[in-house]
Amino acid sequence: MKPHRISAMFLRHIYLYRHSLTRLVEIFYWPLLDLLVWGFVSLYITKLSAEGKSTPNFLGIFLGALILWDILFRSQQGISVSFLEEVWARNFLNLFVSPLTIGEYLVSLMLVAVFKVVVVFLISSLLAWFLYSFNLFIIGLYLLPFMLCLVIMGWAIGILTTGLILRFGQQAEVLAWGVAFLFQPISAVFYPVSVLPKFLQKVALAIPASYVFEGMRAIIFGRTFPAGHLVKAFSLDLVYLALALFFFFRMFKQVRARGLLAKMGE
Amino acid sequence: MAAAAIPLLDVKNLSKTFNSFQAVKSVSFDLYPGEILGLLGPNGAGKTTIIHMLLGLTSPSSGEIRIFGLDPSRPRQREKILRRMNFSSTYVAMPYSLTLRESLMVFARLYGVKKAKSRIDLLVEQFELKDVADRPVRTLSSGQMTRLNLAKAFINEPEILLLDEPTASLDPDIADRTRTYLLEMKRTRKMAILYTSHNMQEMEEISDRLLFLHHGEIIARGTPGDLVARFRGEDLEDVFLKIAREVRP
Repeated sequence: MKPHRISAMFLRHIYLYRHSLTRLVEIFYWPLLDLLVWGFVSLYITKLSAEGKSTPNFLGIFLGALILWDILFRSQQGISVSFLEEVWARNFLNLFVSPLTIGEYLVSLMLVAVFKVVVVFLISSLLAWFLYSFNLFIIGLYLLPFMLCLVIMGWAIGILTTGLILRFGQQAEVLAWGVAFLFQPISAVFYPVSVLPKFLQKVALAIPASYVFEGMRAIIFGRTFPAGHLVKAFSLDLVYLALALFFFFRMFKQVRARGLLAKMGE
Repeated sequence: MAAAAIPLLDVKNLSKTFNSFQAVKSVSFDLYPGEILGLLGPNGAGKTTIIHMLLGLTSPSSGEIRIFGLDPSRPRQREKILRRMNFSSTYVAMPYSLTLRESLMVFARLYGVKKAKSRIDLLVEQFELKDVADRPVRTLSSGQMTRLNLAKAFINEPEILLLDEPTASLDPDIADRTRTYLLEMKRTRKMAILYTSHNMQEMEEISDRLLFLHHGEIIARGTPGDLVARFRGEDLEDVFLKIAREVRP
């Protein structure tokens, strides 16, 4: 064991953080998100016990939320990680000098995302049933629009993230794993929107996923779920998808002008 | 080239500026069927930027590019162009987890190749990749990867081929066979090839015409023999050294 070699490697990583804002931010990002999510979950449980209400079906709401959240996450990853795989394999240029159009490329990534979602959803649902006797299909026919809504939101986040990686290069790679989780605390995944502070409740109303998770809980608790909320969620989804596509095409034009597209592929 | 022939590639006053750095300065050239045009120049001369602009990966700051008479800056025309064109570079690779055959199948589909399986079999044979055809790309040597890239470049039987240092990581035997294959394609299929390499002997052997680029400008053009005579060099390598060291004719 030579201290100078250990210090050399220590220095190597410190240099990395000095030059990469995204890596630096990441150090604080995950603990902050964990704190927010688990803080609100704790508030929710404390609130229920303080009100003396009967304990809800926690198994259902947590497992259901987890499986549905994974739909959004896989959908986003199906786009941004599939894109990154071409960059890592240095195959990016080969694709973009073929007749493949950028629109065709995005549609193919969306299909990859759907494929991943279906596989993960089936496996998770089966495991939840075998291991915890939890049947997600109690949500009934609403399950399909819920899933679709989360898939579209995942696409929008995935396309936005990919646009950022295109523009800022591989140093922005961490976004592929982190951006979706930025929406988790305000999507009310594990707790109702009412647990959030007032200003975050307003933000949650602009997040399509929050309607899905509120709907899931309403159905599990045997309450009615207003269909109008689904319309709102889908409308927001379409707006975000359109904005993400606009952003992506703008970034694509910009990286072509700056010669960054070619650099990313080599 | 016959005066009546129509160029497949026609570049006029092409320029590219990155912020304040002018990478390519008003470059004009053309490329005819059955011709190999060599782009020569020291590192940073603008060769790769020109190739990237031809491929639509980098947008030009000014100037005009026509390929098969079409404008690559228009998305629909670009798509038509790229169906009839291909590219290979030592600096790009293929998906690591796919086998060589699977990788070629993906590109066969992208280029809409009919009878893709038999086309892949032929290319695998021609580029001597048969033994590794079902192995994952990540297990290939750099020479095999370069040959796979070349096989990909021929998948759609392109009329124009852009090759960026295609033989850089090949051993002399395979590099020689690759050059022979390119010359055969040029002769039999009238393929037009734009070629960059730092191997002067190779450029002398393979190119019909050469463009010498320096600081983004074409400072000399002609056949390899013309350039050697004009710069009073012993061979192309000697000419390259003179130009790279700022000596002008």
